[in-house]
Amino acid sequence: MSDKALKDGPMHYCPGCGHTMAHKLVCDVIDGLGVRERTIGIAPVGCAVLAYDYWNFDVTEAPHGRCPAVATAIKRLLPDRVVFTYQGDGDLAAIGTSEIIHTANRGENITTVFVNNGVYGMTGGQLAPTTMLGQKTATTIKGRDVRRDGYPLKIAELIALLPGTRYVERVSIHTKAGVERAAEALRTAFKVQMDGRGFSLVEIVAVCPTYGARSVKEAYDRVENEIIKFYPLGILKDEGL
Amino acid sequence: MTPAKKILITGNEACGEGAVTAGCGFYAGYPITPQNELTAYMSKRMDECGRVFIQSESELAAINMVLGASLTGERAMTTSSSPGISLMQEGISYLAGCQLPAVIVNVMRGGPGLGNIAASQADYFQATKGGGHGDYNMVILAPAGVQEMFECTYEAFDIAERYRNPVMILSDGIIGQMMEPIEVRYPQKSVDPDKSPWALRGCKGRESRSIRSLFLKEGALEEWNRDLQRKFRTMEAKEVRYETYKTGGARLIFVAYGTSARICRAVVDKLRQEGVKAGLFRPVSLWPFPYKKLKGLDKGTTVFFDVEMSAGQMLYDVRLAVADDSRVLFHGRMGGGVPEEADIINIAKKAVKRK
Repeated sequence: MSDKALKDGPMHYCPGCGHTMAHKLVCDVIDGLGVRERTIGIAPVGCAVLAYDYWNFDVTEAPHGRCPAVATAIKRLLPDRVVFTYQGDGDLAAIGTSEIIHTANRGENITTVFVNNGVYGMTGGQLAPTTMLGQKTATTIKGRDVRRDGYPLKIAELIALLPGTRYVERVSIHTKAGVERAAEALRTAFKVQMDGRGFSLVEIVAVCPTYGARSVKEAYDRVENEIIKFYPLGILKDEGL
Repeated sequence: MTPAKKILITGNEACGEGAVTAGCGFYAGYPITPQNELTAYMSKRMDECGRVFIQSESELAAINMVLGASLTGERAMTTSSSPGISLMQEGISYLAGCQLPAVIVNVMRGGPGLGNIAASQADYFQATKGGGHGDYNMVILAPAGVQEMFECTYEAFDIAERYRNPVMILSDGIIGQMMEPIEVRYPQKSVDPDKSPWALRGCKGRESRSIRSLFLKEGALEEWNRDLQRKFRTMEAKEVRYETYKTGGARLIFVAYGTSARICRAVVDKLRQEGVKAGLFRPVSLWPFPYKKLKGLDKGTTVFFDVEMSAGQMLYDVRLAVADDSRVLFHGRMGGGVPEEADIINIAKKAVKRK
């Protein structure tokens, strides 16, 4: 068996999916820090549900939205391991808001990788809490309407407000510079955990070319022209010791 | 066996001490009456023992923390009461589906809905027939006193680990809150999670592994289910527990568990004084239900009298066991009501007179 964090072999993701890049970045960081053999990952319910087929370290599934609760217990029992949750916007920002907020606020010494592509991909492109106003989805065929569907939820800003959190950054992987910044953000977040400083979260704005737009170009243009205007990139919190 | 130590303690606290003595390394719980003494007791004892206690933000979080703790190979427990246990059903199904051991304690209260905070036995169906989704079973133990709250909990951790499956203690608000002297005569256990052959603790020195209940490949989930069913059949064969009281020569046999069994035991003595040959069959494992043992007490004309603090849930298993509705009586109280001796005696006498 390889000693790399990312396994060889095909993935089930749609062509152009942001999860493939996010997986690669997380695994590169784990390899770079040399912690593969003491890492435990928690995979979500959603498009990334099969992450354990792609990651070459110990991985568990968690019920929809509950990754942070599962991670809390693992880290409390194994404080010298590297524990991270990998969650999409349905898992973290809808059904799992209670767990992520309380886990962050307890200051659990774990890392959360939050992949925000603004839509439920696995179930066929429904409205997510992070879907943009006016965006058409399977359950908002006329576009997201505030009066009917409420406002998009800014998770990174929300988490950064909590006193239990130490490092929060939003990145986007739709450009080369963005990918490089995402790698650095993930490395910092894992380092914060390894230094025992507390909860860290990296929100990765990702592209869903299947449900996010009519073409790959349009999907990438939307991120540049619309999405990162609403979800600004950058470090929202960095509390050094 | 270590020398017995006698202590006066509530059922809820005895349950907690049983867990601590069994080597429980992780506890998560959320406040709900009538089991609050248990969470408070664990917050103190787990700290004293250098183990992990978390007051979770919900019962949902509690059961999923237990799932996380269990997959590291530690002994883990959560406790709650009826509405909280309903919230945990998804997590219990995942524990069974992922083949993870855990101990879950339900100190039952009146329902449905918010109900009340009085003792009840109305969660029998939920516990024994699978409250969560999918084909799974778990051993359900029903203590009838404070000593058994300790013993059942102590043993539950071993059963859970033996089968890598959750085990539930099905108690009620009376057993949980009453005080009785108990003998603590069991050795302190300790587990070494590092020796667990399936746990996730980092893949140093071995290949990486995963814990999952998702099987999308055609036929894979059915095969996984076949393995689970084989395990459940073994549990059915090996984990039956019950107690009989004066059933020899009895014409009328009460079938009851927990608080109801204590009431029926007193009723048996009173009926015997009046010349009625009564006895008590008390299932301790509600799943697996002791069908064969109960059937074995049937002399063909024996009357079986099921007493519960519910509308009649175990009643279905009693009927299954003796397969003769005309000789199975039932008396139950709902929504926090407790069966009264006089009512039970009246029904029992009428039935015996008819025969």
